Amino acid sequence: MAVETISKTPEVSVPISSNSIILRISRFNSKTDSSPTFAEFKVPVQKWTTVLEAILFVKQNLDHSVAVRYSCRQASCGSCGMQINGKPSLACYTKISELNSNVVTVEPMHNFPIIRDLAVDFKQMFATHKKMKPYIVREDSEVTPGTKEFLQTPEDVEKYLQFSYCIKCGLCNSSCPTMATDTSFIGPQGLAQAYRYVADNRDDGKKERLKIIDQSHGIWRCHFAGSCSHVCPKGVDPAMAIQLLRGYLLGFRK
Amino acid sequence: MAERMSNREGLRGMANPARYGLERVAYWLQRLSGLGLLAYLIGHIYETSSIVNGKVAWDKMLELTQTTQGHLILTLVIGMCVFHTANGIRVMLGHGGIGVGKPGQPEYPYDKSQRSATGSLNYKQRLCIWVSIALAALAMMYGMAVLFGD
Ligand code: SF4
Ligand code: FES
Repeated sequence: MAVETISKTPEVSVPISSNSIILRISRFNSKTDSSPTFAEFKVPVQKWTTVLEAILFVKQNLDHSVAVRYSCRQASCGSCGMQINGKPSLACYTKISELNSNVVTVEPMHNFPIIRDLAVDFKQMFATHKKMKPYIVREDSEVTPGTKEFLQTPEDVEKYLQFSYCIKCGLCNSSCPTMATDTSFIGPQGLAQAYRYVADNRDDGKKERLKIIDQSHGIWRCHFAGSCSHVCPKGVDPAMAIQLLRGYLLGFRK
Repeated sequence: MAERMSNREGLRGMANPARYGLERVAYWLQRLSGLGLLAYLIGHIYETSSIVNGKVAWDKMLELTQTTQGHLILTLVIGMCVFHTANGIRVMLGHGGIGVGKPGQPEYPYDKSQRSATGSLNYKQRLCIWVSIALAALAMMYGMAVLFGD
């Protein structure tokens, strides 16, 4: 990618000190462009400036047309995943200072269709997530009269807690080598969520979920490259979830 | 509306081992050695099938493997075979959920250290990868000593 470079320096009075970096933003409009280009901006930074703040500085002062998705600014909503200097990361959770570079390049996440610039389309990931039945499946419920709370021990909770930290940012899917080539693969995000509910002892949907993932573009396409667990910003460890899940299908686990 | 750019990394991304640590390098080596062994197997079948054309054809074919290039290829095959087997055992056990760590509560700042300590990127996995590489290197050295020795 990247053929044409558009450089912009601030027209507003921006303190250009030694603490400024060049922010290279990948620009692409799926409606009008045939390939992405890079636009470069000089951005003042502090020790605590995050990549998202730098992008928002550009939007506020230099070019408001830059498209970026964000919401919480605190690694909770999963909106701001992107390639930062070649690594899938959350823009709001990555400080410029920790990148040790005066040039920061931001690109849209791989393996997701680009809507515009840094905003990618999550439709497929959300649809796959939904297919995993991401809820407790059982006949009775805690709110039905005559039933009582589903009690769990701390040990029961620990079996799935880690996987419930997923914020659906898609970084794992963007780093996965199978995702890179297989357009129908469920992906680490979906598989980790399948495990999250299978491992929950309040749930009775194990059989259904195992059937959903036991298909040609399902769990067997994972080759345990571990890249998903390398990039996950919430400590979810999808690679572990997938292998434990496969243990059920191979009969190692009950 | 114009076709949205799918932005899939494709084969190039799949085959790039540089970005996600030792586990991704092992994945890359496993795939590469698998392809290499497949190519060797096809070549080997071709080579041994020359026997149906008589002893002269067979001897001629054997001569081909008795060259420096032939020996280097065989050394590489030994390395690929050993790495693919050793790392394959690690991956197969991992696929059954063995040695991939134990779920726990993620701790802030959720960096890789926890997954490297108790998760799927644990030291046992990394150790097994290094052992597989070391075994392959040792086997190649032994193979070279036999092939190139007198
Ligand atoms: S598993 Fe981790 S990387 Fe993947 S979507 Fe969830 S939070 Fe993001
Ligand atoms: S803005 Fe919510 S995760 Fe970054």
